Amino acid sequence: MSGEAVSATTARREQARGSFAGGFSWAMARDLRLAWRHPDEAVLTVAFFALVASLFPLGIGAEPQLLVRIGPGVIWVAALLAAFLALPGLFAADYVDGSLEQMTLSPHPALGWAAGKIAAHWIVSGLPLTLLSPLIGLQYGLAPDTLAIQALSLLVGTPVLSLLGGACAALALGARGGGMLLALLALPLFVPVLIFGAGAAEAQATGLSPAPHLSLLTAGLIAALVGLPWAVGAAVKIAVD
Amino acid sequence: MNLWWSSWEAFWAMGGQSYFVWMSYGALLAAVVVEMVSLRLRRHRALAAIEEERDLEAED
Amino acid sequence: MNWFYFASPATFYGLAGRMAPWFFVTAAILAAWGLYLGLGVAPTDAQQGEVYRVIFIHVPTAWMSMFLYFVMACYCGLTLVFNTRLSAMMARAIAPTGALMTFVALWTGSFWGRPTWGTYWVWDARLTSELVLLFLYFGYMALANAFEDPRRGDRASALLAIIGVVNLPIIYFSVQWWNTLHQGSSVSFKGTSMHVTMLTGMLVMSAAAWMYAIGATLVRVRSVILERERRAQWVRNLPEAA
Repeated sequence: MSGEAVSATTARREQARGSFAGGFSWAMARDLRLAWRHPDEAVLTVAFFALVASLFPLGIGAEPQLLVRIGPGVIWVAALLAAFLALPGLFAADYVDGSLEQMTLSPHPALGWAAGKIAAHWIVSGLPLTLLSPLIGLQYGLAPDTLAIQALSLLVGTPVLSLLGGACAALALGARGGGMLLALLALPLFVPVLIFGAGAAEAQATGLSPAPHLSLLTAGLIAALVGLPWAVGAAVKIAVD
Repeated sequence: MNLWWSSWEAFWAMGGQSYFVWMSYGALLAAVVVEMVSLRLRRHRALAAIEEERDLEAED
Repeated sequence: MNWFYFASPATFYGLAGRMAPWFFVTAAILAAWGLYLGLGVAPTDAQQGEVYRVIFIHVPTAWMSMFLYFVMACYCGLTLVFNTRLSAMMARAIAPTGALMTFVALWTGSFWGRPTWGTYWVWDARLTSELVLLFLYFGYMALANAFEDPRRGDRASALLAIIGVVNLPIIYFSVQWWNTLHQGSSVSFKGTSMHVTMLTGMLVMSAAAWMYAIGATLVRVRSVILERERRAQWVRNLPEAA
């Protein structure tokens, strides 16, 4: 066999086998297209975030010092809850109509399309929350530097939430207990992210360095990026088996 | 290996901190009792389920 | 020794039944000795007074809460990799005992904290991560029982348990990473800051907790096997099922 023929065979086999990049871009483009066609879910997530964050001043009082004190934490908790409520939409529809099973049968590795779906989900839920957070922070009277750190911590932290939550959402597919079960699975795992994320903005607001919190959060993001797409893929395979 | 306490009263009083010490040890005791009862219950239920299954099949 | 022989639920059912009483007897003897040392012989702590005696149950249960989660996660790994039935049953059998240990560790910790720190609960790293551990156990048990098909529950909950393992180093190192009220470990390899009797009592109580946990797990796994294999002929032939 000539060299050309060998390389052509490899290329064909490559195509049939699928690839990480192929699966990633295909799943991400597909989910983004779906989200673009039905933007209500993304809008609801952001609206929920703003609504919850505005309940706190009404509930516990609107003294400016109090708001500055609780602002970073409240914004993080509200973002976490909004990210959590967006989770069922990640796999549920695809599970019901069978497209999830199609994905597991596709030549692409599970790692690829799982990561692609999570990435699309983050762009639709986590990213808008991050972009909106300075606006909410202004309502709480946070200083500009705190707003920046707040947004930065959300930028690093929300992908971890999407990855952890995505794994839990895939595990809970078809389970009895629905949303309550998902809360029991996902929220405890979100706790470290909340501690470091809110801790970073909190430290900045009280004049300390946010660097230790941010670096731990970044370490968490790297660990999550390495390990969790695999876990999400494995969880989906368990669900459709 | 001499005992630390001079009397039973001193032992139960735990130097005035009896509430905290005995609430802790009491919780351990309660936990062990709860687990033993639940283990026994679970075994009875499992055996009853086998019985039930067999009766159902006998009826068929 | 052929391990696969014992990896069959039918064989393990009998083996567990024969072993469990011995673990309980050992646990009872060790607990009696440990309580005698801890409550009877050990001297008063110079700083904390008598309330420090909670240590003889607090530290063993806290250790076991983490160790049992680790063992459970190992069984879960076996379940996912080799798809063995018995490993999933073992993991299911460990979880309730682990949750109980976690609960006792949290409870005794707060009754120790009230007189020494002045509060039943603080939101510091170690207490929070131990609380998260309790919820991980609950989540594991809920997910394992949430499916019509028990095999699906086995595999889904196994993956969840493995993801939750990241919490263990957080609990373990939290005392070093954060400034917290929770004191550092009293036992280290360099030598200890404790009286010999106190240390002996604590180690004996830890061994008792270990034996107790194994005994309880073995008894529970027998029930799990009966529940899962209730249609199998060997179960129907058991004298206790007659």
